[in-house]
Amino acid sequence: MRSPPIPEMATQEVQLNETLAHLKTESDNLKSKLEEERAKLHDVELHQVAEKVEGLGQFVMKTRRTLKGHGNKVLCMDWCKDKRRIVSSSQDGKVIVWDAFTTNKEHAVTMPCTWVMACAYAPSGCAVACGGLDNKCSVYPLSLDKNENLAAKKKSVAMHTNYLSACSFTNSDMQILTSSGDGTCALWDVESGQLLQSFHGHAADVLCLDLAPSETGNTFVSGGCDKKANVWDMRSGQCIQSFETHESDINSVRYYPSGDAFASGSDDATCRLYDLRADREVAIYSKESIIFGVSSVDFSLSGRLLFGGYNDYTINVWDVLKGTRVSILFGHENRVSTLRVSPDGTAFCTGSWDHTLRIWA
Amino acid sequence: MTIRNTLRDHGQRYRPRMACLKKAEKVLLEMQDPKTGVKSQPQRLVITTIPHAITGEDILSWLADRFQVDTQEARNVGSMLVALGYIYPLQDHKRLVIKPDASLYRFQTPYFWPTQQWPVEDTDYAIYLAKRNIRKKGILELHEQEQYNRLHKWMNHKWDFIVMQAKEQYRAAKERKKPDRVVFDCQERAYWVVHRPPPGTVSAMDYGLERRIEPNADETKTPDFYERIMIFTQQSIMRPRVKSSVSIGALVKYCATYNNHDPFLSKCLPSNPWLTDDITYWNLNMTNVAIPTKMRVERWTFSFGELLSDPRGRDDFRLFLKKEFSGENLAFWEVCEDLRWGAAVTMREKAEQIYKTFLARGAPRWINIDGKTMEITVNGLKHPHRYVLDAAQTHIYMLMKKDSYGRYLKSPVFKDTVKKAICPEEQKFTDAQLEQNAKNRRPSLSPIVLRQQEQEQRAKMAANAPVDITQVMSKLSKQGKEAPPCPPPAKK
Repeated sequence: MRSPPIPEMATQEVQLNETLAHLKTESDNLKSKLEEERAKLHDVELHQVAEKVEGLGQFVMKTRRTLKGHGNKVLCMDWCKDKRRIVSSSQDGKVIVWDAFTTNKEHAVTMPCTWVMACAYAPSGCAVACGGLDNKCSVYPLSLDKNENLAAKKKSVAMHTNYLSACSFTNSDMQILTSSGDGTCALWDVESGQLLQSFHGHAADVLCLDLAPSETGNTFVSGGCDKKANVWDMRSGQCIQSFETHESDINSVRYYPSGDAFASGSDDATCRLYDLRADREVAIYSKESIIFGVSSVDFSLSGRLLFGGYNDYTINVWDVLKGTRVSILFGHENRVSTLRVSPDGTAFCTGSWDHTLRIWA
Repeated sequence: MTIRNTLRDHGQRYRPRMACLKKAEKVLLEMQDPKTGVKSQPQRLVITTIPHAITGEDILSWLADRFQVDTQEARNVGSMLVALGYIYPLQDHKRLVIKPDASLYRFQTPYFWPTQQWPVEDTDYAIYLAKRNIRKKGILELHEQEQYNRLHKWMNHKWDFIVMQAKEQYRAAKERKKPDRVVFDCQERAYWVVHRPPPGTVSAMDYGLERRIEPNADETKTPDFYERIMIFTQQSIMRPRVKSSVSIGALVKYCATYNNHDPFLSKCLPSNPWLTDDITYWNLNMTNVAIPTKMRVERWTFSFGELLSDPRGRDDFRLFLKKEFSGENLAFWEVCEDLRWGAAVTMREKAEQIYKTFLARGAPRWINIDGKTMEITVNGLKHPHRYVLDAAQTHIYMLMKKDSYGRYLKSPVFKDTVKKAICPEEQKFTDAQLEQNAKNRRPSLSPIVLRQQEQEQRAKMAANAPVDITQVMSKLSKQGKEAPPCPPPAKK
């Protein structure tokens, strides 16, 4: 086939560039229109409404337990529904189940890969899921027999094409939601390993996810390296809302307890609150003295407090309504990599690159 | 042959992810302002005078003042700036922290700032170590010696170049004035302490795993890319949204409603187990406790969702519905949940069973849904999937929420529950008692054991329950047997 003469190719390229420029303008105009629509209903700021709310008193939060046993960076942890057991995973591939109240280790698994960045406790309390650089999420049923090798009954559930960054069981032991460095999230059937739904839309690694509280239905939120936080419909796989106000990777997302809002923590050193019904960002939690990124966030039971674990080894506690920082907690000797509030809100647990986990109350 | 470097390589890639660096640089510039920055003066160190030295306490008071924070936080911020390499200690140069005393520090020259522009090269490190070796043999520390040997091995092919560079830099340095040389040596040494830390130390340069996409990378722009964005933006524009005052008002109201139930904001009664090592609070709030606490019962009044999500609350509600003969609604909702969240392999069978029990004409536990929903549901059941009962489930949920729930809260069942609910006294422990509590921490029953117990209980109840005639019929028809002319009497 004869290749087209040079002038024709040049025209084609010019035409393409023109089309792209035209599309970009159209796209930008639409985005402005969206902002206009959002702004029309924006009649009040959160901190204005919060002025009428009583201020918070002084807090005395201390480390109540220190869990030592990991030989390397702790990357992730999750609470059991019984409010005292936790599962944690670390860089050297070890996954440990603890009774945090007594600090006893109850189960231990060695994964065949390093950097186990995701772990989750099953709602029944009888299994744990974990994964990381192996690009998979595996479920390990727990056993009362101390001599049993848990790896023998391991079930490989999720398969991604890049590292697993987060996983979570849904309302039962039978389904798992995962997010991956390959830019997708996915819903899996544990028993068969079948992919039930996949979620495409992030332009880069997805780093975190959180399921909406059960009363509010079938959605979850994810955050990624493309600076976007996306809300997804689990049934259809569609992205129903998207927020792009962070200036860097979003490391953590967590729903507000009512399910009508969510918080995010990012490498840009800020935490932000997004109102889902008003469809906008409503608060930024930042301070000039805080320059290191947030690795994980979680709300207290009432949603009044937001706890953030930071890469400068500290934990900052924010008044969600008034936007002020209520407390700063020291103790860890390296980056705080994971933070979760217990199911009944009586304490929160942090995991750190200093190989320990701490329970704070 | 690929040689895998098992040591985490801090240097051979640059750090696009450290957004903190730009922020740190802003702070540094402010600190160095001649009028408003940290005050500096020349300091004598051994036999030389170092210009522009600053003390730890001056740095900390500047930070505390500038950011309006207390000393502890200022120390943390300051130490992170040292850990990043923007400020370096003149004494005790290996400990990258700010000491709150007259210890001396200097601002690092921008040439040696951690940068995102180019990587920290092993070649430069090799030249640095070689240079120090030339100056004085045996001066390298153990870990530096190990690094030197390793680099010598891997960079053997350019070792001549490295030694030549080292000698050249050493010669050039000798031509400088002594104070300049001392300053430069300090700066260079500080740089390598940050970027090639001794093993076992915490390094602020360690940022963990590489992520697949660079944060500053741009997605390739194609017409398709823009089309997708536009479709999504159009959909977003058409989404219904709520006035900020309404939605923010709801968020504030939620906080107020749950304030007394938040253990971080109000006292846990009788006491927070993590604070006192006494687990009465957990015992009183166990899943299937006979008598719930007043606080727990109060939560059931906040929303229908709260009532349903607490198993004890759901049990109470079930009792009320039984008295009203509308228990099938809750039962239907529960089996729908089971279908949605259950294992894929059981789904088809479950859907069929639900249809026979709740939806079919003449079903034993027939639920009352409107004609349209019934039509959609029955049609959907021809090709069942896990969300096939969503419409019916939502209908029944709203029915319970808008009708049964309100009546439940006014019912004798609920009033009785409220009356019996316990309000424990606050426990006040003395220090001695707290110590004793801590010694008496006991493990709890494993969830595995609890689940076994639950399953045994359920099996027992199923064995004693009256036989459901339709179950028997359906089993028989599945086996291909005809139904017996007279159904067997129900077992009591």
